Amino acid sequence: MAKPSTFANMVSTLLVICLASSAALGVAYELTKEPIAKAILAKKISAVEQVLPSFDNDPLEEASSVSVDEGVLVFYPAKKKGKFVGAAVETFTRKGFSGEIKLMVGLLPDGTINKIVVVQASETPGLGDKIAEEKSDFAKQFFGKDPSTFIMKVKKDGGSVDAITAATISSRAFCDAVTRAYDAYKRGFKR
Amino acid sequence: MSLWANFTKGFLKENPVFILVLGTCPALAVTTSVSNGIGMGLSTTFVLAMSNLVISALKNFIPDKVRIPCFIVVIASFVTIVDLVMAGFFQAIHAQLGIFIPLIVVNCIVLGRAEAFAAKNGLLASFVDGLGMGLGFTLALTIISFFREALGAGAFLGHKFIRGDGILVFVLAPGAFFVFGYVIAIVNRINKMASGGK
Repeated sequence: MAKPSTFANMVSTLLVICLASSAALGVAYELTKEPIAKAILAKKISAVEQVLPSFDNDPLEEASSVSVDEGVLVFYPAKKKGKFVGAAVETFTRKGFSGEIKLMVGLLPDGTINKIVVVQASETPGLGDKIAEEKSDFAKQFFGKDPSTFIMKVKKDGGSVDAITAATISSRAFCDAVTRAYDAYKRGFKR
Repeated sequence: MSLWANFTKGFLKENPVFILVLGTCPALAVTTSVSNGIGMGLSTTFVLAMSNLVISALKNFIPDKVRIPCFIVVIASFVTIVDLVMAGFFQAIHAQLGIFIPLIVVNCIVLGRAEAFAAKNGLLASFVDGLGMGLGFTLALTIISFFREALGAGAFLGHKFIRGDGILVFVLAPGAFFVFGYVIAIVNRINKMASGGK
């Protein structure tokens, strides 16, 4: 039968259980620390590789960050044989429908958008999640465009972007994130 | 009760979602696609079986008045372990389930089985109960997410079988309630017929 609920019993039991749990968690943390870090890094590398033309340096090694109005953008410059061929910009927006959206935007030296990959988003499945390239053609309309002539606003707001049906907020957020990356790129990031 | 009956009762007769109506928060929130449903179900199954096992082993050492904090510490530890392991080895599904993994801690099914079953029964019976209940939960999530993904996105496990969009409302929150309601009605009907009613 259970031990009687005396003060000493209760305190000692809780103490022992908490100690044992902490020990188990410590072990689990140590064992998973490396795979977690690796998985996050792999995701970043793959996003950088996807949005940039071929390069032979290590953009992650040369990354630099720029503070903008409400956060930090990270630039990953790509070079081929020492020549600057473009940069991947890790950008964000807080205007998404559910939570922050993080994008990796690949920009060529002249400011043309090469490709865009969604790094993190929790937009509505079936609607807002179509900002991802593999889910619809929405992101593709940005590829190869020069934002100085391609106005990154949805058509409803007077821009050149075809919004996703029933997901105007997500479409606007996407434009916001790309604009933020492009502006910072044009403004501060010179090689 | 035989071990087999103990194991299978979670599937239909005492299905945690459809009959006991516990754990409806994850059942409604993550069932937008079959892979999410299965991932959530199996994570919960692991936590249920392991916490039932440990709590059953400790039941004679835990004073009655502090049993709930003790149970919660055990459950929370297993949930954190699942969270870490998923983040390390199953990145894709972890990114999808996100906040709902830590929330398994407060899933009523886990504490419910600890209190109602594991605290009174032996090691093996408790483990089997946790396993059965967890698989019942997985089954429920799979059924709900199957209908939601099929109707809402026209897909099964991410493979589209129609062109274009499905009936989008089924992917959204109201669709979860529609499907949930209909499936509960059908399961109740089946249970009634099985127990000799008409």
